[in-house]
Amino acid sequence: MFETLILMLDATMRVSTPLIFAALAGLYSERAGIVDIGLEGKILGSAFAAAAAAAVFGSAWIGLCFGILASVGLAMIHGFACITHRGDHIVSGVAINTIVAGLTVTLSMHWFGMGGQTPALVGDARFLDITFPFADAMESVPIIGQIYSNLLSGHNILVYLAFIMVPVTYWVIYKTRFGLRLRAVGENPHAVDTAGISVSFIRYRALIICGILCGLAGAYLSTAHNAGFLKDMSAGKGYMALAALIFGKWRPVPVLLACLLFGFLDAVAVRMQGVVIPGIGEVPVQAIEVLPYVLTVLLLAGFIGKAIGPKAIGRPYVKERA
Amino acid sequence: MSQAKVPTWVNIALIPVLNIMLAFFVSGLVILAIGENPIEAAGYLIYGAFGYDEGIGYTLYYATNLIFTGLAVSVAFKGGLFNIGGEGQAYIGGLGVGLICLSLDHTMPLYVIAPLAVIGAAVFGAAWAYIPAYLQARRGSHIVITTIMFNFIASSLMVYLIVNWLKEDGRMAPNSRTFEESAWLPYLHELLSPIGIEIGDSPLNLAFIWALLCCVFVWGLIWHTRWGYQLRTLGTNPTAARYAGIDTAKVTIWAMLISGGLAGFVGLNEIMGVNHNLLLNFTAGYGFAGIAVALMGRNHPIGIILAAILFGALYQGGAELAFEIPTITPEIVVVIQGLVILFSGALEHMFKDRIEGFFIRRAVA
Repeated sequence: MFETLILMLDATMRVSTPLIFAALAGLYSERAGIVDIGLEGKILGSAFAAAAAAAVFGSAWIGLCFGILASVGLAMIHGFACITHRGDHIVSGVAINTIVAGLTVTLSMHWFGMGGQTPALVGDARFLDITFPFADAMESVPIIGQIYSNLLSGHNILVYLAFIMVPVTYWVIYKTRFGLRLRAVGENPHAVDTAGISVSFIRYRALIICGILCGLAGAYLSTAHNAGFLKDMSAGKGYMALAALIFGKWRPVPVLLACLLFGFLDAVAVRMQGVVIPGIGEVPVQAIEVLPYVLTVLLLAGFIGKAIGPKAIGRPYVKERA
Repeated sequence: MSQAKVPTWVNIALIPVLNIMLAFFVSGLVILAIGENPIEAAGYLIYGAFGYDEGIGYTLYYATNLIFTGLAVSVAFKGGLFNIGGEGQAYIGGLGVGLICLSLDHTMPLYVIAPLAVIGAAVFGAAWAYIPAYLQARRGSHIVITTIMFNFIASSLMVYLIVNWLKEDGRMAPNSRTFEESAWLPYLHELLSPIGIEIGDSPLNLAFIWALLCCVFVWGLIWHTRWGYQLRTLGTNPTAARYAGIDTAKVTIWAMLISGGLAGFVGLNEIMGVNHNLLLNFTAGYGFAGIAVALMGRNHPIGIILAAILFGALYQGGAELAFEIPTITPEIVVVIQGLVILFSGALEHMFKDRIEGFFIRRAVA
């Protein structure tokens, strides 16, 4: 029983990692007042760029750089449309998701010609699992040893980075001058402008951070969690991260918990396949898969708590001119 | 800056055409980047879409779905609502059509089943839009997020229903049994040949005519009824709408119901018209493509028909193109679609302000 739990929590960590990166990415963007439906597209774009570069250069780190570059580039298109040209944030996000969905397949067919995949990554082209010191020796120790060697040890570096990013984000958002301004831009851009700080510049910087984090999420998918890019491999993770962001009410720690909950539900769904529970019968996998979305809708409807987003979210800021 | 001084043709023709040209230009660059000739590619594309009877039939068959989802998006848009859930509503609408066909095809003739299927598609699609609409109108939750969530919920629900309940016994393929022919919408080439008009075989069916009727219906509803006026007021200025005594919550809910119903008609074309069974993922992104169609068609039925035919041509021509030049995948169409959304949607102000400024200055001078 305990071992099963450890295995499920281990799976939870792996599944949650891209969600954590992407949800934190959305947090920076939305706290600055930019709605980001385009998380999905940025993850997919980065997954492709990372896998393609890793396959060509044989290095996961170079892959990661390209993934981040692609994702930041897409974030800048979003910024150009939403900040500079006061376009609709949602339309722009949908545009980015659509372009990336088509472009990744088109380019991978052109470069690799493998039906929209990239070549399988081996060796250094992937982020490999890190085994903590003494993990083998500790395994025989009950409970603590099992947690240490089976749950905490044996993930790749990006998993640990995702979890480190949560306190870092907390610190940036709540304890730095930049974070204060970022939150202010999302709540009341006029006040920030009055203080002589550029609203646009803060929002662009928020989007760059958003791009970097989505880049990490995408690179994790194609060069750490899997060994290569597959068509549409983001499979709605960007939207689920968006749900986690709302479920966590735009705050770093609750967002982490929401991501872990959604990841755990995924691990449960995999485990429950075909399992018959006495008295209830077989629980359909789809019923568990859909829980994150149902929970988010219920939360938004105000049935479980209340989710109130940043005040100025989705509204373009027009500087008054004399 | 007053809007009145800008000539109408600038707003309804020049700016949209300019945005689309830009989208095509960037698409051309993409084709150039993968080492193919964009002019040659465009030639294959146009020939594939309009060069022969079957091609035109396929173009209009794809356009049928896009008219439905384009109208769905635009009705909601008119009320200032962004219905991003057309995909899910179309999926559930197809369930409505499928259930009617599966339960009546042994006993009833087509002229009974078809109207019931229309109602089934509308009711199921509308029902799927109702919950997000209600939550937006009465509980203030954001319709974009809830409709996205409902797309995923619809997708899981359909997998569950088809795999566990509707799948043909003893078969592995996740789809229902094939309907009896009494539940097939007639193909247009079959309808037209007895009266002496011969067109090539294609999946184009009666649903296309229904799509055109829906355009007329939406046009009348939005511009020639009291409700349409209320909807447009809500979309232009919600505060003014409330002051004018319009029940904005009610208008919101009805706008979404009509929007969902229209999206549901995709099921009519796909399930009853072409596939003749209930299957997974038949919506194939039409719900999202509807956003591009509505944006490009400027939320007007005439514009939507034109935009839907253009996108239908891209789908059909894109298949032809991929056949002629194997290095270009059909997904290039998705790229073009995304670029159209980007340039005529998100970046609409990029040219608009300058061009309008130019005409205003000319008018003043």
